[in-house]
Amino acid sequence: MHMNKVISCSKAVEMIPDGATIMVGGFMGVGSPHRLIDEMVRQGRKNLTIMANDTAFEDIGIGKLVAAKMIRKLITSHIGLNPETQRQVIEGEIEAELCPQGTLAERIRAGGFGLGGILTPTGIGTVVAEGKQIMEVDGKQFLLEKPLTADFALIAAHRSDYRGNLEYSLTARNFNSIMATAGRTVIVEPEHIVPTGVIPPDAVATPFVCVHHIIGRA
Amino acid sequence: MDDKILIAKRVALELKSGSLVNLGIGLPTLVPRYLPSDMEVYFQSENGIIGMASVPGPGMEEPSLTDAGGGFVGAIPGAASIDSCFSFGLIRGGHLDLTILGGLEVDEQGRLANWMVPGSRLPGMGGAMDLVTGAKRVIVAMSHTAKGQPKIKKQCSLPLTSVRRINLIVTEMAVIEPTDEGLVLREAAPGVKIEEITAATEADLIVPAHVPEMQVDPALPGDLFYLGGTSRSH
Repeated sequence: MHMNKVISCSKAVEMIPDGATIMVGGFMGVGSPHRLIDEMVRQGRKNLTIMANDTAFEDIGIGKLVAAKMIRKLITSHIGLNPETQRQVIEGEIEAELCPQGTLAERIRAGGFGLGGILTPTGIGTVVAEGKQIMEVDGKQFLLEKPLTADFALIAAHRSDYRGNLEYSLTARNFNSIMATAGRTVIVEPEHIVPTGVIPPDAVATPFVCVHHIIGRA
Repeated sequence: MDDKILIAKRVALELKSGSLVNLGIGLPTLVPRYLPSDMEVYFQSENGIIGMASVPGPGMEEPSLTDAGGGFVGAIPGAASIDSCFSFGLIRGGHLDLTILGGLEVDEQGRLANWMVPGSRLPGMGGAMDLVTGAKRVIVAMSHTAKGQPKIKKQCSLPLTSVRRINLIVTEMAVIEPTDEGLVLREAAPGVKIEEITAATEADLIVPAHVPEMQVDPALPGDLFYLGGTSRSH
């Protein structure tokens, strides 16, 4: 009746080559796809470009990709609670583009929704505005921030149904529902997989058409 | 009284019933402890919740319900969870009444720097640039000096968080309001002389003829309400 999207964690990670650009959901490790991250570390990848809100803690979530020195470039808003990320950035091992959190979310949304960018007042008059176009709309100044897309979006959800309709839980949603629109291949790691129909249409936060692969139970 | 508690108690007096408030990491998370118990304030956490509260009790932590530092929190009845676009839409779109943030420096024009120290500390701006740019009111809660050096300066030496003028600075020595005319000394902390404040401040301060003493209740217990989990969610 419909395509089976369920694959194993190891098969999913095998699709990801060295040098890939990857969005990873989560906020300080909450709502991150932890099994996928662990499997990436196990298989080993290098020269990755990671787009994520933060790099969590040294031993948690995206922090594990940092610790394993798998990242070449990072587009993120906050690395303050991960001293190892700060060290690698300051010593030039990782190229970091620091982006205000609301701007990062909107750039990903723009990428996923086919927009040419967003106009935000955030960053005007600061180092964030350097080299960027300033546009005036009705007498107010805005910064043009360009869209972001990625080869892969690795996201976590509370529940997926068999088709890949997703439901999130509380603050574990954060960037996940936005990144689900902006990855060319979207892989979801749900806590539960439920029969199609269990998640009512009004509760679906990410519709199944955005999801390419569902990580099955181990 | 401990400096941080003094600052938190004074900032708590600025909160209004029915308002939506965002708290930065660190000192600002102490503020809700000192709110009157009958005051209803709604806390937004930028990781995606409106109506954040303290964890109701030991063993009731939920791994998917955390603050922006990744610590466990609870939620009030009627709380709502939102994604990061919605969260920052509220912040930039004029729906957030107040944000309380820590600071590294504030300049004479009331501009805040609080997100990096070039060459040594690179935490990133997180949500701070959006918060300072978009919140209706911005209060900076910080120590007056760092290692004996003034943090309220003629010009910020650190990269700015926003060019927007913040609304109030609360330190363990003083309450200072940035205005069109400059930084106005509004209150002095108990036992602190005006000369001590001006000596600890690099920026010029406008000192009115009468500077009242900061009014905080030393007896306020501070265990009514606690936000900002000490334990991590992992």
